[in-house]
Amino acid sequence: MTAEATLPSRWRFGRLTGIGPILALLAVLLMVIAIRQPSFYDPPSLLAFLKRAAPLVILAAGQYFVIVAGDFDLSVGSLVTAEVVIAARLIDGDPAMTWPVVALMIGFGLMVGLANGLITTALRVPSFITTLGMYLILVGAVYTWTGGSPRGALTEEFRLLGRRGIEGIPFLQQLPYAVLVLAGIATIAVVLMRSDFGKVLLAVGGNPRAAALSGARVNLMRVIAFLISGLFAAVAAVLLGGFGGVSFQVGAGLEFTAITAVVLGGVVLGGGRGSVIGAMLGAVTLEVLFTLLNLFGVSGALKSAVQGLIIIAAVAIGRTRRN
Amino acid sequence: MSGMRERGVWVALAATLTIGGLLVYADGGALFGQSSTVSMLQRAAGLGIVAIGQTFAILAGSLDLSVGFVISLTSLIAAETMAGSNGMVAPAILAVLAVSAGIGLVNGLLITKLRINAFIATLGVGLVIKGYLEHGYAGPAGSVPASFQRLGYDRIGPIPMSFLLMVAVAVVSWVVLKRTRFGHHVLAVGGDVDVARLSGVRTDRVLIRTHVICSLCAGIAGLYLASRLGAGAPRVGAEGGYDLESIAAVVLGGTVLAGGRGGVAGTVGGVALLAAIDSVFNQLAIDPFFKQVVRGTVIIAAVAVYALRLRRKEALA
Repeated sequence: MTAEATLPSRWRFGRLTGIGPILALLAVLLMVIAIRQPSFYDPPSLLAFLKRAAPLVILAAGQYFVIVAGDFDLSVGSLVTAEVVIAARLIDGDPAMTWPVVALMIGFGLMVGLANGLITTALRVPSFITTLGMYLILVGAVYTWTGGSPRGALTEEFRLLGRRGIEGIPFLQQLPYAVLVLAGIATIAVVLMRSDFGKVLLAVGGNPRAAALSGARVNLMRVIAFLISGLFAAVAAVLLGGFGGVSFQVGAGLEFTAITAVVLGGVVLGGGRGSVIGAMLGAVTLEVLFTLLNLFGVSGALKSAVQGLIIIAAVAIGRTRRN
Repeated sequence: MSGMRERGVWVALAATLTIGGLLVYADGGALFGQSSTVSMLQRAAGLGIVAIGQTFAILAGSLDLSVGFVISLTSLIAAETMAGSNGMVAPAILAVLAVSAGIGLVNGLLITKLRINAFIATLGVGLVIKGYLEHGYAGPAGSVPASFQRLGYDRIGPIPMSFLLMVAVAVVSWVVLKRTRFGHHVLAVGGDVDVARLSGVRTDRVLIRTHVICSLCAGIAGLYLASRLGAGAPRVGAEGGYDLESIAAVVLGGTVLAGGRGGVAGTVGGVALLAAIDSVFNQLAIDPFFKQVVRGTVIIAAVAVYALRLRRKEALA
């Protein structure tokens, strides 16, 4: 206690301790990879890893804003699926449609976020229920609209963002667009949280009544958090659509993985505590863990078991250290 | 207060059955024909048993996201232990109850002793079970004897055995919640855990018990599904969406997600409402996927109406 108090710029130290556990876990996993497969650290393969991790990190960043404001967003996985399926059907292989549809996807993500936010705040439905209902609605709607199997096709232009990159960069070979998108989103997220908006959002999640009494527009902040989550999910959908094929499975379960990542990053469910950097590091850590499990030849089936144990252990250790 | 919230779901159910029945009749069918009534009650049974268990966890201010995987796991334990032999039915039931109680105990201990958020603890336990299931099973396994299949298929008049099983679970749960000290403690813990602790309730123990009950109910639903399918199915729980739908049914029944208010009767109403919507859509042969859209809308609308009423009442008070 006293040692900490005598340190200069204590707020900075405090911010770092928040992400201490996740940094330690990430460091351990990265060290194991270094021993097992040093070639992971070749710049091209490192960038390929970041490209793979980008969608989950972006989703975790979006989920962070909602969670830190005291809510949940269970609809992001189904939103990603809906976005990709809608894009494939509307583009239907026509290159001229690519960018209008990408714009439409962004708009759709914002719209879903707005609906989640308004239902949660104006109608006072708990966000768990709002977004669970939205999840059912989105899944049902895309299945109904496509008659049970995805139709249409994405264009090469669309897949560019998820698959390709700027070629011919010395030393790196290729700089994937997905990594650039990730860098952009991460910058936006960090800047937002360092701004007044971020401070008010934390206050709203920590104690909504106190925040309201000190003049914060609590409901507006919560709606904006849902808007950000919807927007980031749309961006993740553009990348995921580029990586893989069009299927109803593309977003399945991503909401839980994103929430897991956020919690792993030291963010407290219920709101008010934790950093967006921690949330994104949580997502990177999960992806490193999946890579590591692959390296050790752990069957895909056991992955979720290991994932479950790590979450429980990480959260339990985080708790006992805090107390 | 909770009485009024619980009545809401029955009003909605009556409206759905009346309007749906008329629509089906106009379409040339019958919503209350023998076969459609039977399938409506059967659909209600599985989800109903899980949702009644979930009610305990939610009333105590917790929730359980692992029930879907517990259902799959226990259906396999039941079918593999029975392996088609009559003599093994009783040991299999005991094994299922023991394993599900054990999982509930683990959930409860993680939440109370390690102070892990219930969302994360039960999600984590669910993932561990999921990994075990996906690693060990590619498809259905084991088989239940014909005698045990009667639980899934026998009926008295239009009422399936499985529905009676659900009613039995509901009645026992209702008595436990309304008439026992434990039941009052559950509501106290869900209402305000600190106040409950200060008034001498052993809050951790109460919360652990609600999780054991919740998992036990999921285990009973697993037994029912094994008897219905004739074998254990590693994905039946996850594909049926029992985790989130059981929570939805509880909330639809007027129980507050934050805990402390609500009850089993409302949950049964919530399950019946979901089953009635299903039946109307099936009878009208509407796109089955569109059903999901309606479900989602109904859940949100119901909770919005409850919230509105609560505000009106507070404004009057």
